[in-house]
Amino acid sequence: MYDAGHYDVIVVGAGHAGVEAALAAARMGKKTIVLAISLDHVAFMFCNPSIGGPAKGHVVREIDALGGEMGRAIDATYVQLRMLNTGKGPAVRALRAQADKFAYSAYMKKKLEETPNVTLRQAMVERLWVEDGEVRGVVTRTGARYAARAVVLTTGTYLRGRIIIGDLAYESGPNHTQPSIELAHDLISHGFHIMRFKTGTPPRVDGTTIDISGLEEQPGDDHPQFFSYETTRPLPYPQLSCYLTYTTEVSHRLIQENLYRAPLYSGTIEGIGPRYCPSIEDKIVRFEGKPRHQIFLEPEGRHTREVYVQGLSTSLPEDVQLALLRSIPGLEQAEMMRPGYAIEYDALDPRQLWPSLMTKKIRGLFTAGQINGTSGYEEAAGQGLLAGINAALFVDQKEPFILKRSESYIGVMIDDLVTKGVDEPYRLLTSRAEYRLLLRHDNADKRLTPYGYRLNLISQARYEAFLHKWSLVEAEIERLKHTVLRPDAKTNAHLTELGTEPIATLTTLADLLRRPEVTYESVQVLAPASSPVTPEIEEQVEIELKYAGYIEKQLQQVEKQKKLEHKRLSPYLDYSSIHGLSTEGRQKLMTVQPLTIGQAARIPGVTPADISILLVYLEQQGKTASEKLGSR
Amino acid sequence: MQDDTIAAIATPLGEGGIAIIRVSGPTAIASVDSLFRGRRSLFQQKSFTLQYGELLDEEGRPLDEVLISVMRAPKSFTREDVVEINIHGGIRLAERVLKLLLQRGVRLAEPGEFTLRAFLNGRIDLSQAEAVIDLIRAENDHALRASAEQLRGALRERIVAFREKLLYLMAEMEVHLDYPEHDEPEATYDKVGRSLRTLLGELEAMIDESRRTQVLREGLKTAIVGRPNVGKSSLLNMLARRERAIVTDIPGTTRDVIEEIIVLAGIHLSLVDTAGLRETEDVVEKIGIERSRQAIREASLILAVFDRSHPLTLEDEALLRELAEFSQPLIYVLNKSDLPPVLHEEELLKYRQAPIVAVSATAGTGEGDLEHVLLNLLGWGEISPDEARFVANERHLGLLQKSERSLRDAVRATLDRAPYDMILIDLRHAYAALGEMIGEAVDDDVIRAIFSNFCLGK
Ligand SMILES: Nc1nc2c(ncn2[C@@H]2O[C@H](COP(=O)(O)OP(=O)(O)O)[C@@H](O)[C@H]2O)c(=O)[nH]1
Repeated sequence: MYDAGHYDVIVVGAGHAGVEAALAAARMGKKTIVLAISLDHVAFMFCNPSIGGPAKGHVVREIDALGGEMGRAIDATYVQLRMLNTGKGPAVRALRAQADKFAYSAYMKKKLEETPNVTLRQAMVERLWVEDGEVRGVVTRTGARYAARAVVLTTGTYLRGRIIIGDLAYESGPNHTQPSIELAHDLISHGFHIMRFKTGTPPRVDGTTIDISGLEEQPGDDHPQFFSYETTRPLPYPQLSCYLTYTTEVSHRLIQENLYRAPLYSGTIEGIGPRYCPSIEDKIVRFEGKPRHQIFLEPEGRHTREVYVQGLSTSLPEDVQLALLRSIPGLEQAEMMRPGYAIEYDALDPRQLWPSLMTKKIRGLFTAGQINGTSGYEEAAGQGLLAGINAALFVDQKEPFILKRSESYIGVMIDDLVTKGVDEPYRLLTSRAEYRLLLRHDNADKRLTPYGYRLNLISQARYEAFLHKWSLVEAEIERLKHTVLRPDAKTNAHLTELGTEPIATLTTLADLLRRPEVTYESVQVLAPASSPVTPEIEEQVEIELKYAGYIEKQLQQVEKQKKLEHKRLSPYLDYSSIHGLSTEGRQKLMTVQPLTIGQAARIPGVTPADISILLVYLEQQGKTASEKLGSR
Repeated sequence: MQDDTIAAIATPLGEGGIAIIRVSGPTAIASVDSLFRGRRSLFQQKSFTLQYGELLDEEGRPLDEVLISVMRAPKSFTREDVVEINIHGGIRLAERVLKLLLQRGVRLAEPGEFTLRAFLNGRIDLSQAEAVIDLIRAENDHALRASAEQLRGALRERIVAFREKLLYLMAEMEVHLDYPEHDEPEATYDKVGRSLRTLLGELEAMIDESRRTQVLREGLKTAIVGRPNVGKSSLLNMLARRERAIVTDIPGTTRDVIEEIIVLAGIHLSLVDTAGLRETEDVVEKIGIERSRQAIREASLILAVFDRSHPLTLEDEALLRELAEFSQPLIYVLNKSDLPPVLHEEELLKYRQAPIVAVSATAGTGEGDLEHVLLNLLGWGEISPDEARFVANERHLGLLQKSERSLRDAVRATLDRAPYDMILIDLRHAYAALGEMIGEAVDDDVIRAIFSNFCLGK
């Protein structure tokens, strides 16, 4: 063993979580080293070549608003951009990109290389170096010992990874890379509780062997919007299309006949897979009545022929996979370039974490991404960013940075993880957010950029641009609230022309805009702004005014909850000594060690009566403390 | 210091006894004062003194005479402003007053909440803290048990089934929000609107029933009519003699009328014109058809008594014609069925259809049949009103109404074609309120429903 140097922060792994963690820590001035098993797979998309969608796209915007990299990276490497849910309300509109996965990975690797304070090294970490319950560094397979004040583990599916295809199974990281075996044992030896999870990926086919003639094309948007608030113009290349096809009766029969060879049903797989990302064999079994399933064909990049067959995630034997592909319209002649596979891996029960993502067992040790039981690049990146920020704050001995459920999806996700734990890989959904209308993708900057600025992750120039934009929004809202229309013949003729009822009394433009059929544009026709506003500002003004009633409802909810969120609980509270708690409640409180009454109330199994008792206990403690002070 | 005002009935001493309503919080004095008429306003009343006066109902009519004590913060049990109302009219009246307070923005206290406030505001010292916790625990357990009982059986199942339907609808709307490419047809506004209106109808029916049961609890005005000597007083005695019968005089609006209440099948029947029933001496003059008509007009339920051992008289027939003019629920009671029957049912039914019960007031038979017929007539069928009545619990009714308001907002929003993500805000509120009713949190319900109903994923 040799001493390989001293750092502020060590990031183990360079996937989507690791990259954000390292960049954040380094940008906050911390000397950071990234130790990754393979430097050829930095921020690699081992599964689908896409980023965004509802909730996930929101997270990318949030990462960008906080000064993270994912938004800029995908804006620089997309092959297609599409705004989803445009026909729905503003809460669920979301951006989704198809990525050039190779370009994306190259972009992120370059970014790590270029960023001051970051050292990038290929190494397999095998052991944590821990003294007195605090992390000191890590030791690699080659005997290098790195010292650091904080360590962030982002092991993805590498941790004791095991690939399964049919009856073939072998230890492996994603896409047949080296798995990380020793580190898993080391974590267990430190007393961490490990869960076994499973995920999977579909086969890839040669795009030149696909017959797209009968398939439905899904092109990108003509005038795409971007993930990053910094991106102003599209890439100078044409966008690539995806294609939609379906499984057939033949496909379903094939699967039924070969079910006995599917590891999921033959018992080879022990890990718990997610409900929302089932393999095709799972879908056929669970939704037997469904005559066909959608298959999206997605390009994996600009300089590759490989096409990702979304919807066909499977661990069936290779021969069945090929037959299955060819049972699908458009893929009759397809050449399979890689088979799909299932992969099992180790994850930590996230209730072993504080909301800062620091482990409760070992101070200075943080975890982010799939190791915390989540799935998805965006979920990983969001946690990585927060873990990196908190590792840096920990090094500086500062208070951790914790996002609230009422201000971000990242906050919702982390609170869910550390409070409720997970029993399957966790995916963000907009329906997980109780304040969904407040957490829109269009206002991520308003919600989070001030934090990013305070953390030194957002530049002065960007912060000023941000302030300017929102002052324009405010000004325009004020104008609409104070511009009054008279119910004269000319105005009413105008209104009728715009397809809305005439007015009978003095009416503000804001009131008019609240009518379902009236848009910002039509309001502009009636009384234009003195200087034209950008579409971005237009959107904000319209949402804030049109949905004011609903926004108000949600704000009231937040306000009601606030009192509970502000009541702090000591992390070292001895629940066994609190008289009167229910048995289950006590046990859950001991596991989760909530930091606020609000968090305690969200723990499944903790009853309202338990919460009243905690409130009484808090008062009692407060009084004891002040009585002690008084007697001194 | 807490920022809302709470109230509860503190010492219910059984039917007809004294009840104390305790109110605590910043608006305690103001809200009681708004119901009170005494020599001086409660704002001027000295702390720890009693004042005599009257409580007024919604229309400003006197409801009851009360004694009120005011205890100002911080020298009160809870260290907040506390008002105690001593009511003589029994638990029913106390509940009525409580309801008036709730309408004035006062909240129903949670179990143990007065004690909790006393503690939180430093009224109770540390040594008592453990005892307080035990108290909260015990009262909560009790409340849990009580609410479990309150919503047992058919009604609880109805709420559960209702939530299930609402949840499915929400999942159906939700799935396309999180999975825009999901290929099953999206729920259209028409369909969502239709489902919501059906659900709203069901909810309204439940609220209606709850209100109806409240009416029952407050007493169903009942007229017992029949010509002299058919056995009305005997019947009343039979029903009133029993243990659970309550005879109360409620002062206030009905001060000059002696009102009697009997309990039949758990339903309070307040008898109209009982004076007429008692006055047996001067029968011919007083109990004329005029008087019956007056009683019938006032009543919400009519028990028409006939002597089964005797052919119909002219007076009987006049009454039957009179009854045919009214539409309230009616029961024909054929008394003296211990004697050989003479009267045929068709003779009554040809005037007006109504259930017929044979009883013998002197032999004390037929009461069970009467109860059964009464329940059926009121539409309770197999549900015992004891059970149904529980839904009228103020808290439950409040939650039903909260849910109803949200559903109504949602229906309106579908008409306006508001985006589903907006409508779902209301639906979640509706769902959560019903969950509170049966003691269930919302949590991951929607997500679970999405994944068990729809095939999703890459
Ligand atoms: N055999 C018999 N006699 C009854 C019955 N009910 C009442 N009576 C008698 O009928 C008479 C009149 O009864 P009462 O209750 O005063 O009738 P009211 O004038 O309708 O109130 C009394 O002598 C009772 O004893 C009954 O069920 N069977």
